[in-house]
Amino acid sequence: MTSKGSRTLVIGAGNEWRGDDGAGLAVARRLRTELPSSVCVIEHSGEGASLMDSWRGDDSVTVVDAAKSGAPPGTIHRFTFPAEPLPDGIFGCSSHSFGIAEVIQIAVALHRMPRDMVLYGIEGLDFADGAHLSPAVELAVAEVADRIRRELQLKP
Amino acid sequence: MKSRTIKVDYLARVEGEGALLVKIKGQQVSEVKLQIFEPPRFFEAFLRGRKYSEAPDITARICGICPVAYQMSACHAIEDAFGVAIPASIRALRRLLYCGEWIESHALHIYMLHAPDFLGYESAIHMAKDHPADVQRGLRLKKTGNAIVNVLGGREIHPINGRVGGFYKIPSKQELSGLVEELKWASDAAAETVRWVATFPFPDFERDYEFVALRHPDEYPFNEGRLVSNRGLDIAVRDYEQHFAEEHVAHSNALHSALKERGAYFVGPLARYNLNFDRLSPTAQEAALAAGLGKLCRNPFQGIIVRAVETLYACEEALRIITELEIPEKPFVNVEPRVGTGYGCTEAPRGILYHRYRFDDKGIIADVRIIPPTSQNLKTIEADLMHLVPANIEMQKDRLQWRCEAAVRNYDPCISCATHFLKLQYKYE
Repeated sequence: MTSKGSRTLVIGAGNEWRGDDGAGLAVARRLRTELPSSVCVIEHSGEGASLMDSWRGDDSVTVVDAAKSGAPPGTIHRFTFPAEPLPDGIFGCSSHSFGIAEVIQIAVALHRMPRDMVLYGIEGLDFADGAHLSPAVELAVAEVADRIRRELQLKP
Repeated sequence: MKSRTIKVDYLARVEGEGALLVKIKGQQVSEVKLQIFEPPRFFEAFLRGRKYSEAPDITARICGICPVAYQMSACHAIEDAFGVAIPASIRALRRLLYCGEWIESHALHIYMLHAPDFLGYESAIHMAKDHPADVQRGLRLKKTGNAIVNVLGGREIHPINGRVGGFYKIPSKQELSGLVEELKWASDAAAETVRWVATFPFPDFERDYEFVALRHPDEYPFNEGRLVSNRGLDIAVRDYEQHFAEEHVAHSNALHSALKERGAYFVGPLARYNLNFDRLSPTAQEAALAAGLGKLCRNPFQGIIVRAVETLYACEEALRIITELEIPEKPFVNVEPRVGTGYGCTEAPRGILYHRYRFDDKGIIADVRIIPPTSQNLKTIEADLMHLVPANIEMQKDRLQWRCEAAVRNYDPCISCATHFLKLQYKYE
């Protein structure tokens, strides 16, 4: 990623071996073949420091991650930055590093946020070991992929 | 008599899930428990019946922050069992991989987990607002470590390129040279880190610990050496279990290790430093002394300075290895399984990590023992709190709690690593 200028990124974050935590990656995989090649689709572990390095200041970024807020499984959360403050405790954080909520807070503090960001959270049900998505999460993955496709088409 | 209880239900900024309970009666501490409720993971049990070649990859999964340490201890133990000798060039590359892990792990702990304790912030996120340049430096340092692990290990987290006998694939000279510029920056940044953390306010706290670390005839220890202490321990790695024992304590899913003769001991950066100061590079030694550390440091809070000194050492050592390296002709040496037992101990970022494997003639694992650094420090952490609390008994409760939490984080405990050894014991009340 050495090209200059504003880019459009879609980042799916998560761990496909921890059940519904793989929701973000599933969205990225769906979109990889469906979006124009000008959009850069990234599958990411969600590890904070390197996630922040995947965008630049003039990029337009969409991030999808699994969420755990207590809402029904498959619920779709959507936040836009810089407009909205992020509520606490929706996105999980790994004890070894930090999660997407922390990444955004640190990026704000360090002036390392991209030009604009849309963050989707897909409410998960089961984060146990194993590669599977709950049925409600499967449906939400398809819905979020659709919404991102439409949103990116509307963008100039 | 006035009673107080300090209770931290979820310890923040440590790896894994644990809680802290300190009960105080009057001026005395009646109870200290570092409660580990991270669930046990039974790695030793499910390694049985597996082939020797799987052990480095399986054990690397024990920890996301020190997978290299698990791979290295596993490889050395297995090579010990099969009588495999590793050529100098492969050994140097293993050292380089280990440098990457130390840089990555130490930068994370110094900047993101421990510095907020000294500067009075709840987390690195809060600290970033007031200290953006420092946090940026920490993140970039961590990234430099990640880059080394990526080039040599095949990926940043849970590297897959290490194997018994060497590596699956050796990176090209160009790939390794690509790390040089960033490592030069990282050496300066690590020196700056030493100066930065040296300005922190440190509690006046010292204890007469028994420090245990590897010691090598001419290197600061990563992969090899004898196990030594400041109280006369000087043993081969294979004799570890004759001198150390693990015990189960009711309040912890992690076993507690002790020296059979003398009890609690201390492993990790401070132990390595105190037992191997003379093996550090001149630059690292100078940086340590300029930061106000003596050649011997007994204040665990100053472990953050030692971590910074070790980060500097690891950056320099990585540069040295890359510059002097001759790329091995073959990425690994052949391994012939045989019946036997092998022992390995390497210096994980948090201290010595011991592995022992027993094999049948096909190289199938019959029995395993893994003892991570955190379970070796647990007794010492609890003892620190037993001393720290009475010495600060006049402090307001929230300040005392803060101090206690910082004291736990002095050891950078990796609770996830420490919970593999539980003999299950449920207590119903």
